[in-house]
Amino acid sequence: MSKQVTLTIDGKSVAVPDGLNVVDAAKMAGIEIPVFCHHPKLEPVGMCRMCLVEIGRPVRDRATGQFVIENGAPKIQFMPKLETACTNKVEEGMVVLTQSAKVADGQRGTLEFLLTSHPLDCPVCDKGGECALQDLTMAHGPGKSRFIFEEKMHLAKMIPLGELIYLDRERCIQCARCIRFQDEIAGDAVLEFEDRGRTMQIISRSEPGFDSIFSGNTTDICPVGALTTTDFRFRARPWELGAAPSICAQCPVGCNITLNTRREAMTNGEIVVKRVMPRQNEEVNEIWICDKGRFAYHYADGKQRLTKPLVRKDKKLARASWDAATKIAAENFLKEKKDFVILASGRLSNEDLFNLKTLADHAGGKAYLYSHMAGGELTALVGVGAGTNFGAMGQGTTIVVVASDLYQEAPVWYLRVKQAKERGATLIVLNPRATKLDKYASFTERYEYGDEAKAVHDLTKNGETAEAVLKASNVVVLYGSEGLGVAGSQSLATACAKLLNENGFAGKSNNGLIGVWERANDQGAWEMGFTVEDDLAKALKGKAVYIVGADPVNDDPKLASALAEAEFVAVQDVMETATTEIADVVLPAQAFTEREGTFTSGERRVQRFYPAVPVTGESKPDFAIAAQIARNMGVILEGMSAVVVFDLLAETVKSFEGLNYARLAEVEAQLPVAGRSDMYYSGTTYANKHGLGAHLSGAATRGEKVSIPRVQKEAVPHPKDNELLAVPVNQLYHRGTTMMTAELLHERIGAASVSLHPDAAARLGVQAGQTVNVSFNGTSGAAVVKLDDSIDEGIALVPRSMGIAIREPVAAKVKA
Amino acid sequence: MSHILLRHREIPDINQLSVYKKNGGFAAFKNAVMKMKPNEVTDVVKNSGLRGRGGAGFPTGMKWSFIDNKNWPHYIVANADESEPGTFKDREIMEGNPLQFLEGLAIGCYAVGAQVAYIYLRGEFWELGASLDAKIAEMEEAGLLGDKLFGTDYSLRIYTHLGAGAYICGEETALLESLEGKRGQPRVRPPFPPAVGLYGKPTIINNVETFTNVPMIMANGAEWHKSIGTTDSPGVKIFSLSGRVRKPGNYELPLGTTFRELIYTHGGGVQDSRKVKAIMPAGASSSLILVDDDKILDTPMDYASVRTLKADLGSASIIVVDDTVSMDWLVNKTVHFFKHESCGKCTPCREGTYWMSRISERIHDGAATRADVDLLLNVAKQMQGKCLCALGEFSTMAVVSGIERFRKDFDNAVKA
Ligand SMILES: Cc1cc2nc3c(=O)[nH]c(=O)nc-3n(C[C@H](O)[C@H](O)[C@H](O)COP(=O)(O)O)c2cc1C
Ligand code: SF4
Ligand code: SF4
Ligand code: SF4
Ligand code: FES
Repeated sequence: MSKQVTLTIDGKSVAVPDGLNVVDAAKMAGIEIPVFCHHPKLEPVGMCRMCLVEIGRPVRDRATGQFVIENGAPKIQFMPKLETACTNKVEEGMVVLTQSAKVADGQRGTLEFLLTSHPLDCPVCDKGGECALQDLTMAHGPGKSRFIFEEKMHLAKMIPLGELIYLDRERCIQCARCIRFQDEIAGDAVLEFEDRGRTMQIISRSEPGFDSIFSGNTTDICPVGALTTTDFRFRARPWELGAAPSICAQCPVGCNITLNTRREAMTNGEIVVKRVMPRQNEEVNEIWICDKGRFAYHYADGKQRLTKPLVRKDKKLARASWDAATKIAAENFLKEKKDFVILASGRLSNEDLFNLKTLADHAGGKAYLYSHMAGGELTALVGVGAGTNFGAMGQGTTIVVVASDLYQEAPVWYLRVKQAKERGATLIVLNPRATKLDKYASFTERYEYGDEAKAVHDLTKNGETAEAVLKASNVVVLYGSEGLGVAGSQSLATACAKLLNENGFAGKSNNGLIGVWERANDQGAWEMGFTVEDDLAKALKGKAVYIVGADPVNDDPKLASALAEAEFVAVQDVMETATTEIADVVLPAQAFTEREGTFTSGERRVQRFYPAVPVTGESKPDFAIAAQIARNMGVILEGMSAVVVFDLLAETVKSFEGLNYARLAEVEAQLPVAGRSDMYYSGTTYANKHGLGAHLSGAATRGEKVSIPRVQKEAVPHPKDNELLAVPVNQLYHRGTTMMTAELLHERIGAASVSLHPDAAARLGVQAGQTVNVSFNGTSGAAVVKLDDSIDEGIALVPRSMGIAIREPVAAKVKA
Repeated sequence: MSHILLRHREIPDINQLSVYKKNGGFAAFKNAVMKMKPNEVTDVVKNSGLRGRGGAGFPTGMKWSFIDNKNWPHYIVANADESEPGTFKDREIMEGNPLQFLEGLAIGCYAVGAQVAYIYLRGEFWELGASLDAKIAEMEEAGLLGDKLFGTDYSLRIYTHLGAGAYICGEETALLESLEGKRGQPRVRPPFPPAVGLYGKPTIINNVETFTNVPMIMANGAEWHKSIGTTDSPGVKIFSLSGRVRKPGNYELPLGTTFRELIYTHGGGVQDSRKVKAIMPAGASSSLILVDDDKILDTPMDYASVRTLKADLGSASIIVVDDTVSMDWLVNKTVHFFKHESCGKCTPCREGTYWMSRISERIHDGAATRADVDLLLNVAKQMQGKCLCALGEFSTMAVVSGIERFRKDFDNAVKA
């Protein structure tokens, strides 16, 4: 624990850690000092002058350095001027007055100044009701302004900083929180002040505007309605909103979120999600979320939702009862018996996956995870252990990121890794090309696509990185699937697991392997025993297939034709997809916003989500549908209560042992203090009242002996002279089924692209921005050329889920 | 008396290296580097009683002794932003006697262990920047700058940097931000630059005139310097005289010279032989000295004496205001200047200068009432003591002193 300092604030003696500023110290003691520019996550700047207080310091004897004692107490000398509490650090014996007449006068003055140029259009302002300026004016401001209304400066009120965030220049109080968030936290310094004095204004200096995947967070910490999201702007008043705790389902980070909901006329009196807000969990996402999580939630209320079970009759899908539909599915699955295959994705909850896996086991079928990335049986074995906290990583910790563009694949981990580095951790980035994380890396190593496992193996061979890994107290390895399919990611995961296991860094708190998965609950599926299949098309052909939460027909023409040759296909999903269209039976599932359940994040933290909106049509939770089918197959599964399924799961799956819903709902005090009544301080993020989640146990901590198999070298295809090696990369905004329902993001998603080295482009006679044809293995598609001089000349980067079905590295032709 | 700073007025071509050297130039620097320890140099400057000429009058030697010797490298920055309305002395020094300034800067660098110095020039001084660059190049060629000077281990380089046209960049921390390539906005102090300055390193910032004093102090000794001026304010000062005087210009005089001597003996008296009504001793940042009694002109111009008139000597840019001027006009001018120059970083100054400009304009236009005059005074006082940097405080000086000391002018300007 750091050194404590004792000071007196408003007559109350408080002991706080040394190094805190007076605002944060007072807040810890429950004393509110009003602030606008100060934010507990940002460096203080002392701009707004709202936090002015009286500060007295004990007088020290010059000769002895001791406090001068007067009337039995240290003599305190007050500064003649008020001082900013946000820029003054606590000192032993300091005396702070936050309630004096002088302080009140200062606060009143600052507010009067701020309001002279403020439009006060609260009735049409989206921030109204959760606005720091409103709240602090009510608490400390003058009742009336002496400024003449006609003399107000008028400025533009609808400036799109990008297509996601709007700026109202009149409402901006020039606190620079947004600029500082982008500089200090996001690392995308795209906002700036332009001009000076009263005309000083926020501008975006990036192209496209506000080019950062963390932009939405600025609207949370903007103390006024100057920054609003295009998504929520003019859509609802904050006080009309319901708030349900949830977990972001977009990536393996598992950010804690709050779904704000409202019943509204616009949607025929339905209760719908109006916005996604961060919910504080200092160990996971602090108080931030990325823009994908914030804006790509529309699929749950999309028009293409499935509402009733459907059964194919005379080549057409027709309405059916749950009984009939599940019976038909069960009969077909039973009939095929050995050829029964479940294909489920990490969009499903632990409960769903548990029931599905149990069904497969009892019915003698196979349970495949719908993913191109392998190695989860290893993360289940040597994944990070209980107590892992990115927020505590710093000096002594070495973080290795391999084959992953973390900014694109797991944005909030990118933030956490960057911060850990800034706190003193060693960061090693291994990737064949330049990624954003490079600028924070202590060591950047480039390898050739195909040499992933070797690159990891070599880490401990070479001097500097060997020392960084072997001499560290903690090592965390995040591995991804850039340039890798199932086989490649399997060998990479094995190499990583070996390195961790052999050197004592496996499965402990702040030590172990993390998979940068494609979906929110892939880790959960692995824990449950799902596996991935290298040749998925072959595994589906001629089988009775039960597809849950996946859209293979849309994703990959090869899978589409395999399914066309399947014996029977039942598809269970929340919305109509290309795959439901070819199904024999369609089963409508509830969206995660409509039900409860749990996800296991990539760092093996199990977290609960709660129902936020009413159920759509006749849809049911996935685990319940699975149970209904199972019953028709003679297998008894829990189908009523998610809690009970979880209890069964915790009894069955070792790593879940000891966990239950109550345990997952436990909360500890979080610092900085956040939440509704503290909005002026931390912003509009929600406090966590519904659980921080809990970690799964690691095999090592359970005392099991872990042995890692040998690394299988994967054969990389060798392109011919007129071919390039096309390698898949992962992109945050893509054309996946759920993302496309977020129309707001379409501009950022853009078209399918192919990145080439400038020399390769020249050789092919193509230019940046030109549309070309990329073809391999009978698949082909149009893509826009981008240039990247950090890749080899023989490489073509093809983003996944952008319309060209690429699962693994493949020899490809690129033609103008 | 011959000049100590504006020596070009007596010695033609002293801006040429050969002429400057012939007149004793660079002997002090060479002597310091070869024969003195850095702290001995600082001690001489400390003992000389030299106070900063940039405005605050802070003891220069003391500032140098504050440099944090646990953190390296050290930097020195010469503040050549000279933006205070009515101040035009640094320009004359750099045009007429640039080498003495550069020598002073070099001596300062040696004293605080800086091997790199920057001269931050206001953007409009681009021609000066080019001529200083030429002088610096000549000095390098002559072995007065560069590596291992005079056969010692001490190396020094000097660079010029042009600002982009903001008064605030004369404020030392805004200057540092600007020099680092960022927006020119002041930093929160403490920490002060001698602890955390340019690029986070210990940095000494002094005015051009301050540095220009140093070679002569080193050459003639601390006692010599103390024998000029007053005990509280030793040495000479360049007074930039402007306003309603017959002969405006720079006058180098001992500190403690009276206003009367400056205005009447040197400045040729007030235009049209009118009466002095007010004096702004520190340019637009001044409190207005009320000259309601002729005896006030006998006040010596040193830091302490000017204080007794409830004003500051500041950069000693003496603007003379005669009885043809109404103070509401003058205050309106200064307020507009500060509104235009407020950097916008802190609320009271950003909003207050804008608000004051609206009110003072209304008063000046005759569209205001007495209540508006009270409001203007009150707004200015509401700003005082709350701003992040001194610019905000400066903006209230003329307003508060103007209304409190010349209320009649304002009441005459308003409707009722
Ligand atoms: C708004 C403002 C403008 C200033 N402008 C100048 C300037 O143009 N030149 C200058 O030397 N000092 C200026 N100063 C003073 C500097 O901040 C600093 O005190 C000075 O350069 C220190 O040098 P000295 O100790 O030699 O006086 C200004 C201060 C403020 C607050
Ligand atoms: S920012 Fe706050 S005070 Fe300003 S208009 Fe919006 S709600 Fe009202
Ligand atoms: S837009 Fe908001 S956060 Fe940014 S400076 Fe303005 S008020 Fe502050
Ligand atoms: S007082 Fe004025 S110039 Fe100084 S920081 Fe504040 S706004 Fe900027
Ligand atoms: S100045 Fe302290 S909160 Fe803004």
